[in-house]
Amino acid sequence: MVDSTKTDNRERLVVIGNGMAAGRVLEELFERERDRYRVTVFNAEPRVNYNRIMLSPVLSGEKTYEEILIHDDAWYAANGVELIRGEKVIAINRDERKVISAVGTVADYDRLIVATGSQPFIIPVPGHDLDGVLTYRDLDDVEAMLAAAEKGGRAVVIGGGLLGLEAAAGLKARGMDVTVLHLMPTLMERQLDQSAGYLLQKAIEARGIEVVTRANTHEIAGAAGAVRAVRLDDGREIPADIVVMAVGIKPNVDLAKDAGLEVNRGLLVDDLMRTSDPAIYAVGECVEHRGQCYGLVAPLYEMAKTVGAGLAGDDGLAYRGSLTATKLKVTGVDLYSAGELAEGDDREEIVLRDAAHSIYKRLVLQENRIIGAVLYGDTADGPWFFQHIKNGTDISEMRETLIFGQGFAGAGPLDPMAAVAALPDDAEICGCNGVCKSRIVSAIEGGQATLDGVRATTKASSSCGSCTGLVEQLLELSLGGDFARAVADGMCPCTDLGHGEVRRLIAAKELMSIPAVMQELQWKTSCGCAKCRPALNYYLLATWPGIYVDDQQSRFINERVHANIQKDGTYSVVPRMWGGITNPTELRAIADVADKFAIPTVKVTGGQRIDLLGVKKEDLPAVWADLNAAGLVSGHAYGKALRTVKTCVGNEWCRFGTQASVSLGVQMERFLWGAWTPHKVKMAVSGCPRNCAEATVKDFGVVCVDSGFELHFAGAAGMEVKATQLLCKVVAEEDVLEHCAALLQLYRQEAHYLDRMHKWLARVGMDHVQAAVVEDADNRRDLYERFVFSQRFAQSDPWSERAAGRDSHEFTPLEGPKLEAVT
Amino acid sequence: MKLTTEKWLDIAALNDIPRRGGRVLKVAGGCIALFRTNDDQVFALDDRCPHKAGPLSQGIVHGAAVTCPLHNWVISLETGEAMGADEGQVATYSAKVSNGRVLVGQECLRLGMEPADG
Repeated sequence: MVDSTKTDNRERLVVIGNGMAAGRVLEELFERERDRYRVTVFNAEPRVNYNRIMLSPVLSGEKTYEEILIHDDAWYAANGVELIRGEKVIAINRDERKVISAVGTVADYDRLIVATGSQPFIIPVPGHDLDGVLTYRDLDDVEAMLAAAEKGGRAVVIGGGLLGLEAAAGLKARGMDVTVLHLMPTLMERQLDQSAGYLLQKAIEARGIEVVTRANTHEIAGAAGAVRAVRLDDGREIPADIVVMAVGIKPNVDLAKDAGLEVNRGLLVDDLMRTSDPAIYAVGECVEHRGQCYGLVAPLYEMAKTVGAGLAGDDGLAYRGSLTATKLKVTGVDLYSAGELAEGDDREEIVLRDAAHSIYKRLVLQENRIIGAVLYGDTADGPWFFQHIKNGTDISEMRETLIFGQGFAGAGPLDPMAAVAALPDDAEICGCNGVCKSRIVSAIEGGQATLDGVRATTKASSSCGSCTGLVEQLLELSLGGDFARAVADGMCPCTDLGHGEVRRLIAAKELMSIPAVMQELQWKTSCGCAKCRPALNYYLLATWPGIYVDDQQSRFINERVHANIQKDGTYSVVPRMWGGITNPTELRAIADVADKFAIPTVKVTGGQRIDLLGVKKEDLPAVWADLNAAGLVSGHAYGKALRTVKTCVGNEWCRFGTQASVSLGVQMERFLWGAWTPHKVKMAVSGCPRNCAEATVKDFGVVCVDSGFELHFAGAAGMEVKATQLLCKVVAEEDVLEHCAALLQLYRQEAHYLDRMHKWLARVGMDHVQAAVVEDADNRRDLYERFVFSQRFAQSDPWSERAAGRDSHEFTPLEGPKLEAVT
Repeated sequence: MKLTTEKWLDIAALNDIPRRGGRVLKVAGGCIALFRTNDDQVFALDDRCPHKAGPLSQGIVHGAAVTCPLHNWVISLETGEAMGADEGQVATYSAKVSNGRVLVGQECLRLGMEPADG
């Protein structure tokens, strides 16, 4: 017996299964009546309750097991629930109201909940029982896949549905070569039509995953008891170190069947979720309700509400079946599907295709009502369409613009806040937990002022989390400035995401513009702020060289007009002097410009360049034209870019010089100029260890020695004074250039915007930089080549472009008002 | 005496001002900053930050606010008030868009004739 306490005479509730449905039933029950039952839960897995829908992020490495726990040990203790782990229940004795586990534990019940879930289908082809044939259902499966992925090699995933594709993406992210085999002509054919399936296949293939459709598995071939390959009906053989079967699930009903409960495909339940034995409820994927078995979380949670209420004595909350919507949890693939998608004589459809952007939207209509929706590429309107499906809204009035979604108002870019404000009260915000807008708003009005508070009271955003942004927008709408977002490592108040996360998502989701980033990453402001916009502009520029179009309005004035703004609103300009070398012609041009434009101050900078201070903004293009005419180009003294390469005179003149520091400095500057970087970059080359160019307080410094070049980096002599670290020693000048460009590229790829090199180094560590730039020659070459590639788009003199008339609006004030008044 | 804004002055085409950007309008008494927001509203303010007289017209425009290029004060385009912890206000003028043209209230001509807050 589990509990022999005679004094506790509460009713006994036993739960078989500890998945998401069972966990949710207990929450629903405890919310209504905390102490009515003595609760015992049997869990065949040796674990607490975790969020099974988040297994794919665990597989791909975006989350850890700890992050997907729903109920930890403390929860069971706090609620007085006895959790028996690792024991599978093998029999229900309905006559004596007992359950018996495989190790002989017996538990009496007054009420019993069967929540045995489902199990994966195994296709019974020859070889299905070989070592290395896995399913994808629980954490054990994920751990088995992770162990296999650690060895690398090839994975074949059988099944191109939701689970199969998530498994494939996860295994690919873990470094395996992956092939997906799918029996049908298009992927996810149960949720998608052919067009969306095609786009999905392209997106999956673009991640380097091979997709074979119309693939009928004939057998799994083995060697020495382990998987070796998958053979198809047409004779093709695909090598495999592991095979993941993800072809579907079937309700787990053996236990219920043995106990004599009525079973069809699933365990049969009525609208109160009662089985044929009134003392026994069933919930989750093991049940069949009105002919339907469900494999998604939202219906399970709706069922759990009914069971929780029923256990608390309230039979008024009947479950009447669910409409379901699906999202694919593969980072960077946006796909949403809801309702009925089949064509029919009485059905019409509205389709929008945008091939250039890989967007596809299709609505299935019946009698002026939406009954199904597929969205690919842009899924923002999914919940809105789903709401109309559920409500059975008559859409004849808005039919013309329906496909453009909720935001369509005929003008202006989308403001996400306005879209949230416009949602009706009964709009579903959290699909996993079925929480509507009014429930969240009333929780906020009831005093919840934080995301965690709303999660705790409404459960919204507590499952897959994809609605977190919406919930936060509701908090912000209701509380305004009183809502303190979690900005711990956020870029700025416009987002909770940190710099690193934003950079990762820009690449993973292939976001190519600032509006795309703000839309996809659910920015909380309509067009960002002066902190995030320049950072996003840089990240996009660094991620998509040659593709992304620089957004001038997201640049600080210095970079917008290629000159430094000074305290009185005038500007200063610094022409480039390669390696600090100039000549009489250039000096004469500078002197002439200073005279011609009455430039009040001419000053030598700390970086061995000449600064012309006090230039009027309107004069800038003409000043540049004159400087350009003498062969001088912009020194980027205003930019987050390479500023200067300072040099000493080196072995050409100096009696101690060991190498040609001047010509090396010139080479470096000519090679590196124009590159946009997270912060300013200063360099120096000293011809000997006396270090007259002060190379050891620069972002990158070269100290020439007899045997070659010492390469230093991550120094600074500004607000913080930092001596450089030694990167390595090299022998030839071309090695200096290759290491320098590779280092700069790594910094550009990894640093947060406005981090000098030493701050980036402090975060990633010396080992990381040396491994990437020094030890791994292939990687260094790769970084170098990426740098060279992006320089193709960076090395054009911004001064000559402006002198030729580009962005002339920047430099000319508007004429005074025309004095004839208009009304 | 207070001028009303019954009379509007036609200044420029809306597209003369970059979206999320600003232009300087020179009038007899000084400079006015004209801004165009992401959603094509226009605003007119004195082109002097209340902090150290920075040229607001050169700042980054976001939402209905501009960040001063000198020391990052954020000024509301609607009220001219400094936002956040900073305190101060810059004079504002009425401005609107009509048929693709930017119109500014003629009271802007008073700029420099008496104290902006006067």
